[in-house]
Amino acid sequence: MNTWSLALRNLLRNRRRSFATLLAMMIGGVCILLFGGYVQNIIFGMQTGYVRGGGHLQLQHRDYFLYGSGDPAAYGIADYQQVIDLVKHDPVLAPMLTVVTPTLQFGGIGGNFEVGASRTVMASGEVMEDQNAMQTWNDYGFPDKPEVMSLTGTSADSAIIGTGVARVLQLCAPLKVADCPAPQAKAQTEGALLPHDVSLLAAGDATPEPASGGNSAAAELELLAATISGAPNVARLKVIKAESQGVKEFDDVYVGMHLRQAQRLLYGAGAPEVTSIVLQLHHTRQIPLATARLKELLATSLRDRPLAVYDFRTLNPYYGQTIGLFNAIFGFISILIGGIVLFTVSNTMNAAVVERTVEIGTLRAIGLRRAGVRTLFVSEGLLLGALGAIAGVVVALILATVINHSGLTWTPPGRVNPIGLHVRVWGETQLLIGTAIALTLVAVLSAWWPARRAARLEVVEALRHV
Amino acid sequence: MQLLSVKDVSKTYHLDRVEVSALSDVNLEVYPLRFTVLSGASGSGKTTLLNLIGGLDRPDRGEIILNGMPLGGLSDDARSDFRLRHIGFVFQNFNLLPVLNAYENVEYPLRLTGTRPAARAKRVRDLLEAVGLTPHARHLPGQLSGGQRQRVAIARALATAPQLVLADEPTANLDSQTGDSIIALMRHMQREFKTSFVFSSHDPKVLAEADDSAILRDGRIISITRQTDAGVAL
Repeated sequence: MNTWSLALRNLLRNRRRSFATLLAMMIGGVCILLFGGYVQNIIFGMQTGYVRGGGHLQLQHRDYFLYGSGDPAAYGIADYQQVIDLVKHDPVLAPMLTVVTPTLQFGGIGGNFEVGASRTVMASGEVMEDQNAMQTWNDYGFPDKPEVMSLTGTSADSAIIGTGVARVLQLCAPLKVADCPAPQAKAQTEGALLPHDVSLLAAGDATPEPASGGNSAAAELELLAATISGAPNVARLKVIKAESQGVKEFDDVYVGMHLRQAQRLLYGAGAPEVTSIVLQLHHTRQIPLATARLKELLATSLRDRPLAVYDFRTLNPYYGQTIGLFNAIFGFISILIGGIVLFTVSNTMNAAVVERTVEIGTLRAIGLRRAGVRTLFVSEGLLLGALGAIAGVVVALILATVINHSGLTWTPPGRVNPIGLHVRVWGETQLLIGTAIALTLVAVLSAWWPARRAARLEVVEALRHV
Repeated sequence: MQLLSVKDVSKTYHLDRVEVSALSDVNLEVYPLRFTVLSGASGSGKTTLLNLIGGLDRPDRGEIILNGMPLGGLSDDARSDFRLRHIGFVFQNFNLLPVLNAYENVEYPLRLTGTRPAARAKRVRDLLEAVGLTPHARHLPGQLSGGQRQRVAIARALATAPQLVLADEPTANLDSQTGDSIIALMRHMQREFKTSFVFSSHDPKVLAEADDSAILRDGRIISITRQTDAGVAL
């Protein structure tokens, strides 16, 4: 019978109260773990999306990231295949790489001139085989099947567009875009402001003829862009599909096409360039090593090229912001639950001190020092905390398993297709151990003040307590 | 040479701005291996004097010296250690630890002193046998009668072989027959384990068993009777 044994027996004296306290701690632990597991899943899901779409690292012109959005083609990488070959055959990088692929992004004007509609767009030229390979990356074991790019196996002049682009260019019908009403508000609004006769004329002009999309003919898109020399160039593209891009701002401007077609549009007969060389690694944790090696290459073999390496976190600030947001929410919830646990355990220990005042006096009379009394009550708090944390971990693991097999789905921000609702608790050692330790520490902290009060009791007063 | 010396001890309690003098200039000497009774009416100061002798409380004035050690100068921890090794306590309400069985209750002070397991087990077994509770060693206090609990308390008080055992009204919560047996047991233990007992009681039968006795009234000792004395009125 040592201090721990005595502490455990004291906890078992008032089983109902101890159980209620354990239950509160367990529920708190479960809430923290399930929310933490849910957040972890969102973060891994976002990361998987970014890595599948844009790789872990990108080699770009060193000014492209800051200034390239204004004129992407001006920051191209010449002789990019040479760089790709160097990277692919580098003895340090090669074992880490899954895909190395070039992309070309540029701005232009997309038009459906049959209906007189046009808008600015952001186009992306990609190598579809490489993009398909990138879609198979699944470092976190998501249960989804890799998507096949819609442009796979299509002719060189094929393209896909965002549903927002299809709507504005009135290509909804041929592309079978749902929820795509014809524009009519503009004429009505202007009608209220213009003279009646002018309004009638404008209304007559504005009456849309049946768009090419009105029948079942293939949708076409004229893409106007400035060549590298500044001259305008137009490509007529066959739009095979309108795809939602998840984020409206992106959906309203996106045009996807084959890299070769994009290069022909921008560089004509000249030497083609790309704006990025995308590197996908086997594992995200390899980023520091791969980055270091790339920087080494940029300083040696590629020192004549104005290139820089960026990881996906830098290229996608939204990722870091989302993690920050969720961490803040997680922290807030944890503090809230910690506070509830603190007061619950503290209340339990205070009640125990009051109930056992005579006992404390007896222990002190026998010869137990103040520190011994303090240790006894803190040990009880520690045991409560440890048991509550263990129970919380076990129940959270069970609940997570139930949730993960429930078949529930949700659509994360920035994604189009729903994914399975998955709570990552199992295997998240840091989350599990961190939560368990934090709960135990809160319980110890909660017991500290009552323990101190117990230790400071005057022996005579304690023995006299009724 | 005396085991315990109480010199000019006074103690006043402050209760809601009212000063209550519990002891006034008390002097007492207790000799080794004696069975000393403090007697007096309720509120006469018996318990206060026992608390001061046991180092559970501090006097406002005066000095208490036990086995040559003045208790007044000791820190709280030092007094705890001193109590552990030199003083045993028996309480009116037995005050056993309810989560420990009889064996563990007796063993507890020995654990605090760091006694080796083998020596500890032998000492506990001897004491439980001496108080006749060997068959009840694994019983929790709640499974024992009042008399049995007090026997466990006596065994616990003697666990560390203290020079002095203090007992505050040890028979007050027992029927007279059980109380008599407890007094007899204490007398037996005092002789067998060669220790001194000081306890408070106003039971005439207990007084008759005492080697020495002191009668208190209103916080003062009014009479001391020693085995060899005819009685001294103060």
